[in-house]
Amino acid sequence: MRWMTTDLFVQSLTSGLTQGCIYALIGLGFTIIFNVTGIINFAQGEFVMLGGMLSYFLTRSAGLPVVPALLLSVLVAALVGAALYLLTIRTARRASVVSLIIITIGAAIFIRGIAGEIWGINPVSPPPFTGKHPLHVLGATILPQALWIIGITLAAAVVLHLLFSHTIIGKALRACSMNRSAASLVGIDPKTMALIAFALAAALGALGGAVVAPLSFMSYGAGVGLGLKGFVAASMGGFRSQTAVIVGGIVLGVVEQVTIAIGWGPFKSDYKEAIALVLLLLILLVRSRKLSEEERVS
Amino acid sequence: MRKWSCLLLAMLILAAAIPLAGCGSESKTTSGEPYKIGALFSNTGFNAPLGQPEVQTVEMMEERINKDGGINGHPVDIIWYDTGSDPAVCYDMAQKLITEDKVVAIIGPTGSGDTFKIFDLVKNSGIPLISCAAGTAITIPTATDDKRWVFQSPQTTLMIVDRLFEYLKTQNITSIALITDTAGFGADGLKTIKAEAAPDKYNLTITSAQTYDTDDSDMKTQLGKIRDSNPQAVICWGTNPGPAVIATNMSDLEMRNIPLFCSHGIAFKAFIDLAKEDANGVIFPCGKLPIVDYLPKKSDQRELLLEYRKNFEAKYGKGEANTFGGHAYDALTMVTAALENAVTETPEEMASSNDTLQAVRAKIRDYVEQKINSTGYPKTDGFVGTAGIFNMSATNHNGLANDCIVMIKIADQKWTPAE
Repeated sequence: MRWMTTDLFVQSLTSGLTQGCIYALIGLGFTIIFNVTGIINFAQGEFVMLGGMLSYFLTRSAGLPVVPALLLSVLVAALVGAALYLLTIRTARRASVVSLIIITIGAAIFIRGIAGEIWGINPVSPPPFTGKHPLHVLGATILPQALWIIGITLAAAVVLHLLFSHTIIGKALRACSMNRSAASLVGIDPKTMALIAFALAAALGALGGAVVAPLSFMSYGAGVGLGLKGFVAASMGGFRSQTAVIVGGIVLGVVEQVTIAIGWGPFKSDYKEAIALVLLLLILLVRSRKLSEEERVS
Repeated sequence: MRKWSCLLLAMLILAAAIPLAGCGSESKTTSGEPYKIGALFSNTGFNAPLGQPEVQTVEMMEERINKDGGINGHPVDIIWYDTGSDPAVCYDMAQKLITEDKVVAIIGPTGSGDTFKIFDLVKNSGIPLISCAAGTAITIPTATDDKRWVFQSPQTTLMIVDRLFEYLKTQNITSIALITDTAGFGADGLKTIKAEAAPDKYNLTITSAQTYDTDDSDMKTQLGKIRDSNPQAVICWGTNPGPAVIATNMSDLEMRNIPLFCSHGIAFKAFIDLAKEDANGVIFPCGKLPIVDYLPKKSDQRELLLEYRKNFEAKYGKGEANTFGGHAYDALTMVTAALENAVTETPEEMASSNDTLQAVRAKIRDYVEQKINSTGYPKTDGFVGTAGIFNMSATNHNGLANDCIVMIKIADQKWTPAE
């Protein structure tokens, strides 16, 4: 491979892994809301932005240390998610799913506008959790913050798994995602579950935002692009399986960076998103063929 | 269901009306009808970092002009609309300014895309446009019939790139690697850089040309490729936050022994705030505003720049003054100079007769073309602006010379002259 040194390849893998974890966290948020309510929440990207902006505000302006700022940002974002559900989705609950999805788009625009008014247009970055000194691993340069991103994503995945399989609330959420009417028949209130889903998804998004902002400078408009990437990650997971979403997010991140590293023919930085989306289409095609084959067999 | 959908619809309409209601300016309590000057800026969208200081500048100037008694005793009303960096919106807003608001001239737009979109409209309506966009094709090669009504207040991208390349020559740099933003600003720069690096021009070898998206947060892979291509210098073209990420990434990759040059798109306090120590050592071509304190006392621009910076920062915060706001300042002062010196018709006369309005628009165009130069301003050898000394002519509707651009180096997180 004349056009890519091993060092460059390893660098693209580590950068891709870091980016991919963020996409995975956002994708998990999409998946949770979709599973429990059947709605695709296009304001998911804005929760990521809020996480980043709030953690910046709390650490730089209010002078809080990193951990309280992180927890507070996630908490506030969860409250915003809950408010979003209560004020819009719950209020318009008799509307069709498509209308509700459009409402989330409107909410996203609203949140973005408010953020722009409060914090201005300039990108900002909160301080990194444990400093800026880069580490050299297998020929690639990785910042400590990137390790935090990967670690926190894994931790979040484990916590979610435990939540869904070992707690009552988690099982209730899963029940709702399987069959909403059956769940309400056994005493689970789908409205409460939806509220929890929104708050949880917002918290996940904000966590991603707060942990990536020290690396990548968040601004009021950053939610659009990130939300889109998270949506792709969620699609790769079929909006169902959490493991698939995480893998999908990481694959998306890595494919983007490797495309840049190849830098030959159509595999250039300009087309990195297109390459990743083509890959997504292929995966979805293969999956739908497998599903229809299974149907034929049964 | 009916009740809720009606309520939702009402709320949506209300939300859509709010930005429109916020546009335009408040009416002043001064005597007589005001002169109406139109403006189109990217207050939102990808050009917002350039457009917002332009909006802030015209609002600041409107206050000052009216406080100081207006022009010829008449107050001034600057009606600005946000194009959202979208040429289609720009077109609609331009039409509004021309036919509904009946302005005498238009300042802006911020971006080249927006500007090109309204060329024909401006020509057919017979209204002068002083664009704040740097696209070289706006007034170059010549201000022919199609561009008769169009002027340009910033230095063109071509001038900026040439100035940078002149500096590279003095540093004996012949091979460069590029890393540019895919959006408008970066794409425009890339095109000009490639053209000017050609063998018959500055003859520079481009060892690697990487790109990034405005919101990308990690450019280490692109920089790795650049490092492998062994350039003598790296040139980054784009607006915040990309260049800040690149400066930081290069430090993390221990690549800062390779000189990093950026575009004037980083001439904001925000760049230094973001990149912090990694901003040190970055060199870029720019108008003289960031280093006004280093200009000799006899410089014609020094007093104007100090005054502009003082007024802007008094209203908007220390360190915030930048060259992009200055482009709006230059465009506006050209229009007010025309009103002051060449227009005798009153706003009332313009309101009552469309022919009078058209005549005034033509007079402003003529003044800017014929008098914003050393004939109109002989003492300073041209019209002094924040971007430089303007000498407009029938064929040159930009009027700036190469010496209005200086090379700036960031040292100790402050702007200093590079030479």
